[in-house]
Amino acid sequence: MIGLGETIAFWILGPLALAGGLAMVLARNAVHSALWLAQTMLCLGALYMVQQAPFLGFVQIIVYTGAIMMLFLFVLMLVGKESVDSVVEVLRGQRVAAALAGIGLAALLVSMLGRAFAGVTAVGLVKVNSTGGGNVANLGRSLYTDYLFPFELTSALLMTAAVGAMVLAFTERSKQGRLTQRERVEARIRGERPSPLPGPGVFATMNSVATPALLPDGSVAPESLSELLESTGRDRLDADVRSVVSAGAEPDARVLRGPVPPTAADQEEQK
Amino acid sequence: MTPTEALLGDDPLWLIIVKVVVIFVFLMVMTLFMIWMERRVVGRMQQRPGPNRVGPFGLLQSLADGLKLAFKEDIQPAMADRWVYILAPIISAITAFTAFSVIPLGGEVSIFGEHTVLQITDLQVGVLVVLACSSLGVYGIVLSGWASGSPYPLLGSLRSAAQVISYEIALGMSIVAVVLYSGSLSTADIVAAQSRQWWFVFLLFPSFAVFCVSMVGETNRAPFDLPEAESELVGGFHTEYSSLKFALFFLAEYVNMVTVSAMATTLFLGGWHAPWPLAGGALDRGWWGPLWFIGKLLAFLFVFVWLRGTLPRMRYDQFMALGWKVLVPGSLVWIVLVSGARALRGAAVTPGEILVVGGFLLVILLVVAFLLPQRAPVERTREIVTAGSDYPLPPLDLVVPPSPPRRAAVGAGVPGTAASGNGAPPPRQEDGHGTA
Repeated sequence: MIGLGETIAFWILGPLALAGGLAMVLARNAVHSALWLAQTMLCLGALYMVQQAPFLGFVQIIVYTGAIMMLFLFVLMLVGKESVDSVVEVLRGQRVAAALAGIGLAALLVSMLGRAFAGVTAVGLVKVNSTGGGNVANLGRSLYTDYLFPFELTSALLMTAAVGAMVLAFTERSKQGRLTQRERVEARIRGERPSPLPGPGVFATMNSVATPALLPDGSVAPESLSELLESTGRDRLDADVRSVVSAGAEPDARVLRGPVPPTAADQEEQK
Repeated sequence: MTPTEALLGDDPLWLIIVKVVVIFVFLMVMTLFMIWMERRVVGRMQQRPGPNRVGPFGLLQSLADGLKLAFKEDIQPAMADRWVYILAPIISAITAFTAFSVIPLGGEVSIFGEHTVLQITDLQVGVLVVLACSSLGVYGIVLSGWASGSPYPLLGSLRSAAQVISYEIALGMSIVAVVLYSGSLSTADIVAAQSRQWWFVFLLFPSFAVFCVSMVGETNRAPFDLPEAESELVGGFHTEYSSLKFALFFLAEYVNMVTVSAMATTLFLGGWHAPWPLAGGALDRGWWGPLWFIGKLLAFLFVFVWLRGTLPRMRYDQFMALGWKVLVPGSLVWIVLVSGARALRGAAVTPGEILVVGGFLLVILLVVAFLLPQRAPVERTREIVTAGSDYPLPPLDLVVPPSPPRRAAVGAGVPGTAASGNGAPPPRQEDGHGTA
């Protein structure tokens, strides 16, 4: 016995769901496909609600449309907008296998549906929905009593999949020896030096990070030295020093006089 | 069928239409009011007046801004995916409005002789309607970012997808305890259950705390407004939107705020019932309901503004860690405790037995904690990281690195670029961007 409202809802939602399914297969863009699939799922959820299963309907919308399709979209968007489907067959015999599996699934579904239509008499949900706390309470009761074992098995399966995915995706990154953000904050605020370190000295001739800042008495401010440059082996920097060094009597590595012509030693090295 | 559902079932069509229109207008006015309140309150917090020129106390400022927004040019980027670009703001706005349909604004009243309840509809699974609408609302944000065809909106929408899915789990778990105590998923039943016993905010405070934190995360508001972090992502997911489409996003954000606040009021603060000394009295029925309800609603909305005015935005990894490592496990433990307490309530268990079993469990926990090996103290080295660290470092040899082969090949045709190779920066190719 199907009421008028249910008939109207079916004739609106059914074609929409079917159109969504077809468009999902035919759409060229992967994100559009996902959206059409979301439409089909939404229509199914609404159909469940019409058929007096409000809990199932909303869970369908929350879990499938809201979470699973959203994860699909997430991955598709990471893939990128311009990516085109590759039509090259990577696995040998994939098409044949896919066709066979598709035919098998179709046969299974048709036989199952045929049996459901022919051999089973519909009971309806009126009794379940009106006695013993209603739809949700009855669903919960049967889930945690009659179907407890399958329920737990399913959750164990999902848990295994989640743990497996995490193990596969996990890359160990050692945090040893690295300061945490809190330690950095404390070192900065409660440490010996609340102000920032002085920058390198800036002179008319150069503003390289290798130039130290000078204190009022003319001596070098040790905090302004670049830790990286100072800890680098002197021999590794020799060539650079030579290229900026002045040709004067007192060679000063920290004074830049523009590019100097290569010295004789340099030319020999190049040969 | 819940009693409220039965009462609402015989509403005539005109009454349903009146209710829907009233709720729509209420949400629109609340949005305008919220924008004004937000600007005024944040202004006060920053010791400046805020908008105070248009209308009394600047009340009409948001109306003027809304009109201006509607008359702006509607721009569609060349790279945009046309239909999805239009669809996204519509999804956002529709789901935001739909969620409010199950919120009870008041008790039984009589409208033109028609006996009804101040609520559009009541379902056995009313709470799930709100969750479903918020999970569909994410589509608006995610699709807008993707359809804009530009990197920053895409980043914003990816953040938003991860954020809302994570925080929806915490949100759903915080509702579980409420449902256990009220014995129903219907919003009207939950309000009725709170008028019979205590408000759930006192009874189930941890649930309330988790709900409050995750509702801020769910609505993308500061300090969790990472999808539209203006200092990192320009405008986030709505960077490329203008005019009415942008207005729809704006509207959806504020309506969502009102909806989650209404949800918190309904679930934890007794819904439309009057607070303690007046509860059950003459001021606690009929048309007085909306007064108390809106009062509680405004308290929540003020907290939203307060948070925005005081807290800095969280870093993304800290935010996700808060959701997955604090809120979700915390709510799981809390649900176990609540279910245990409820299971024990009917059974004849003396406090002595509870203490003995609890002490036994505590001893086991302590023994396990002592048996766990301690972590070796971490040795901190003062070495400077030169490779593979997170910080950009200048090349050690102070030589401009040679161009990658692809660029060198392009530059080879131009004399004096790649051929000389000693200092001129390689010509910029477009491969630095456009990877979206």
